[in-house]
Amino acid sequence: MTFRERLQAWRYNLVPDHLVGEILTKRWTDNAIPFLALVATLGVFGSIIPGFFKLTSLQESTRQLGEFSLVVIGMTVVMLGGGIDLSVGSIFALSCFSAVYVFFILEQSIWLALAAALAAGLVFGAINGYLVGYLRLRAFLTTLVTFIFGRALFDILVTTYAADVQLSQASSDVLDFIGDGTFWGLSVSVWLAIILAIVTHIALTRSRPGWHVLAVGGSRRSAHNAGIRVRRTVFMTYVFSGFCASIGGFLIACRLSGAGPGTGLNLEIMALTAAVVGGVSLGGGRGSVVKGLMGAIIVLTMTNGLIRLGYGTGTNQMVLGILLAVAVTIDIRWLKNRHKVLNEVYVAPVYLRMGETQSAAPGSGTPYELDNRLSAADHIGLGELEGPEDVILDRDDHLYCGTRHGEIVRFFAPDYIRSEVFAHIGGFPLGLAFDKEGNLISCVGAMGLYSVSPDRDVKRLSAETARSWTSIVDDARLRDPNDCDIAPDGRIYFTDSTKRYDAHDWALDSIENRATGRLLVYDPKDGSTKTLLDGYRYTNGVCMAHDGKSLFFAESWACRVHRYWLEGSKAGTAECVIRDMPGYPDNINRASDGNYWMAWLGMRTPSFDLSLRHPDMRKRMTRRLPQDEWLFPNINTGGVVKFNEKGGIVETLGDLSGNAHPMVTSMREHRGYLFVGGILNNRVGRYKIEGADPNWTSPASYWGGKP
Amino acid sequence: MAMIAIGWPNWRRLNQEGIVFAIAILLFAAAAIGLPGFLTADNLVAIVRSVSVLGILALGMAVVIIGRGIDLSAVAIMAMSVAWYLQLLNTGTSDGLAFAYVLAGVLAIGLFNGFLVAYADVPAIFVTLATGSFVFGYVRSQLITQDAVPVPQGHWVELLGGVRFLDIPVEVFVFAGLAFLFFLFLRYTKWGRYIYFAGDNPVAARNIGVPVRPMLVLRYVLSAFVALIAGLLTAASLHSINTRIVNSTLLYDIVLVAVIGGIGLSGGRGGVRNVLVGAALIGILLNAMTIIDIPLLYQNLIKAAILLGAIIVDGIINPRDEQTAQQGDI
Repeated sequence: MTFRERLQAWRYNLVPDHLVGEILTKRWTDNAIPFLALVATLGVFGSIIPGFFKLTSLQESTRQLGEFSLVVIGMTVVMLGGGIDLSVGSIFALSCFSAVYVFFILEQSIWLALAAALAAGLVFGAINGYLVGYLRLRAFLTTLVTFIFGRALFDILVTTYAADVQLSQASSDVLDFIGDGTFWGLSVSVWLAIILAIVTHIALTRSRPGWHVLAVGGSRRSAHNAGIRVRRTVFMTYVFSGFCASIGGFLIACRLSGAGPGTGLNLEIMALTAAVVGGVSLGGGRGSVVKGLMGAIIVLTMTNGLIRLGYGTGTNQMVLGILLAVAVTIDIRWLKNRHKVLNEVYVAPVYLRMGETQSAAPGSGTPYELDNRLSAADHIGLGELEGPEDVILDRDDHLYCGTRHGEIVRFFAPDYIRSEVFAHIGGFPLGLAFDKEGNLISCVGAMGLYSVSPDRDVKRLSAETARSWTSIVDDARLRDPNDCDIAPDGRIYFTDSTKRYDAHDWALDSIENRATGRLLVYDPKDGSTKTLLDGYRYTNGVCMAHDGKSLFFAESWACRVHRYWLEGSKAGTAECVIRDMPGYPDNINRASDGNYWMAWLGMRTPSFDLSLRHPDMRKRMTRRLPQDEWLFPNINTGGVVKFNEKGGIVETLGDLSGNAHPMVTSMREHRGYLFVGGILNNRVGRYKIEGADPNWTSPASYWGGKP
Repeated sequence: MAMIAIGWPNWRRLNQEGIVFAIAILLFAAAAIGLPGFLTADNLVAIVRSVSVLGILALGMAVVIIGRGIDLSAVAIMAMSVAWYLQLLNTGTSDGLAFAYVLAGVLAIGLFNGFLVAYADVPAIFVTLATGSFVFGYVRSQLITQDAVPVPQGHWVELLGGVRFLDIPVEVFVFAGLAFLFFLFLRYTKWGRYIYFAGDNPVAARNIGVPVRPMLVLRYVLSAFVALIAGLLTAASLHSINTRIVNSTLLYDIVLVAVIGGIGLSGGRGGVRNVLVGAALIGILLNAMTIIDIPLLYQNLIKAAILLGAIIVDGIINPRDEQTAQQGDI
């Protein structure tokens, strides 16, 4: 190994590039920018304004923050639903006036004042909601106009009644408490904001109406097609916003004991800026209450901070303008480009030097020498099947295989012409196995481990395992369950090929070549799933040894077969039994003569082996070339290999014609025949094995003769 | 068919513009009969004069709206550019240099608006809301010292305000001239037609090879310059500029003029004629309300109600096209 190659190996195997991509897949990265902005804002203003963090100072500013947060929560919900509410300032002001009017001029109780404020907000919100939701007007302009309308109304009312309010003698302890008092150190407005934020958060994330809001914001048309009442949902968001703004208005009425021409002025642009700065997306569907609150704190800290620092008239608007422009631009660009960035950085190839291998060329004289025997196989279901990854036969000789469409198809013995859909699971059923009771166990790609009873009841056995603490990507989820087999005690051993890619992205996994394949076990007694082994390059086929004391499993991209011990002195450990094969191993199954059949899904090529030593080249390749020009494992030729208990190769079968079985992902011996499946094939092959036991069947081999 | 076209108006072709025009005439007739002093030469000149600045701003807004955008920074640019210009003059900067500064500033804001809308795909409403807020805040806090900035004695802006021809103030002629220029631009120039294509269906326009993005930038620059002209005329007639106008409802009056005249907010429809019709209605309305002595606050309420009605009608006549609507187009 040259020094340069060694450097590359260190660079690509030790630097965890893949973490960048994994972090970017996390939804919480959306929150990172506003959170950093929040910390920076608080840090900067906290350090330059003396006494910023003092309790009295905080109490006054948090009182304002409480009112403002309420308004922002309403705005956030409207924006999540795909709209915008610019009239919050007017609603705020009108609600404030309603409360003031009822309390100071009509001299009614404070609770009636609250009711009046809420009524004003709800009615105003309902008008907005009707115009935008039911009449489908443009939210921005419509609420802009209702904002002007409400403001004009408020100005008229305030100038008319200002003097009366001043002269009023009404007072109330409750009002003073709401306006000035604290409860456990926090003002009423902050408590209300906290409570409303929690309730709204739970409603948005865990209730049907909340999901409807997010769905409508995410895609209006899809939401409509899904049967959601889009117009009513939009209507409700505006009513909610009116409700929030009216509580804010009531609180400020209590705090200031009156309403002035400045009440709620510029509140709409502040609330909008807060929501957008916090990361609530324009156009809807993305965002949360927490984001809105972060934005509220940032905006209020900045504007209040600048006032306290003594900057003159207009500074607020300048800062709000800059904040809004920057936040909106970042939001739009981030939304547009996030998946592009993710695609660019997610694939992080590692260095691997594959071992020297024996030739598989015909006439080379090695045990791997491919011949043309499989081209003579009969075909079953030709043209009817798409993607029979694995095949299996039951005690009555019926043939089962999975298809690309998520179905398990059954061909009836003895001629295998008639077929039916045995069960529909979904996903892509891959490895199959029968348990003692005759249930068909299947590893379903992208879904998990499933069981189909003889009565066709589909049951999910497992879709997750324990989450490891150090993994960033969610490794509890089974992304690509590939093959399974069942131990004599009923426990199901199965593989999950990769943690980083979905099943259909197996080519990317091969290019990256990171060792994230696992061997897992499902225990039917308690329904638990445990990870036994981790860190293999695409774990694939699993087969219980004839004595049931160990199992073999294939590691595809490393071209190796391992043996995992279930009993004996080496229990719980794995050892490599076959290494450096010329082909990529797939499923492994028992043979009648005490040996094992192993499928080759493809053959190694010198070019791809070389590319594995050049991770930089593969990285560039995935970024700059279209997918159909990528170099990835050759899957146009494969074969079937028979190996013995010690890992010695007995013989190799192939289809050199390339017509019937160019690549093989599975094979199953049954009554002297070998049934051959391929994940990209359109048939199941049936090949007569010379000298095989004509009575041997796999169910009998596992579970004994017919009961 | 030809007979219908020549003879009686085709009722099916009656559009918003026609309705508004009819209402304007009815209102005019009613005011002429019912309001003493309405139908005098002085008052008619006053009506036209009062809507001149509004109409000029509406021309710029119309071009942007036809191209499926909106410019909420127009009033801020109008007031703040002129305020800065006058402030520079008052602090002794030479006229040429001051004007060059202001021109560059206006150009920069127009370009910035256009760039963010066209190349960063940020919705126009948010860009211009933000720049409007920024322009006001920056100029007010950093460049000028008071809300109102007076025109220096004897400066050409002051003299401009006194220019009259046939007893008609100069801004009326400027409005008429600009309206004619915009008419020629929109109707007979290639770039003018591009605005309609892009407004009607931006994706299709782009596919047939229209330089959609540069044209977008052009529209916002145009709107900014029109705002500057309107600001100079305002300063000319009032001998000062009051920056508080930014917080008034002038901006909504501009949108009102454009929308009520029949320029659909979904773009691609309307022209200079719609602006004139809208300006006529608003001018008559404002004048009549002033004569009846309705307080300004109530006038705002009435205008808002009318604008709301106009937007509802617009929403019904030009329903939103879900196929070509952009993400975040709210």
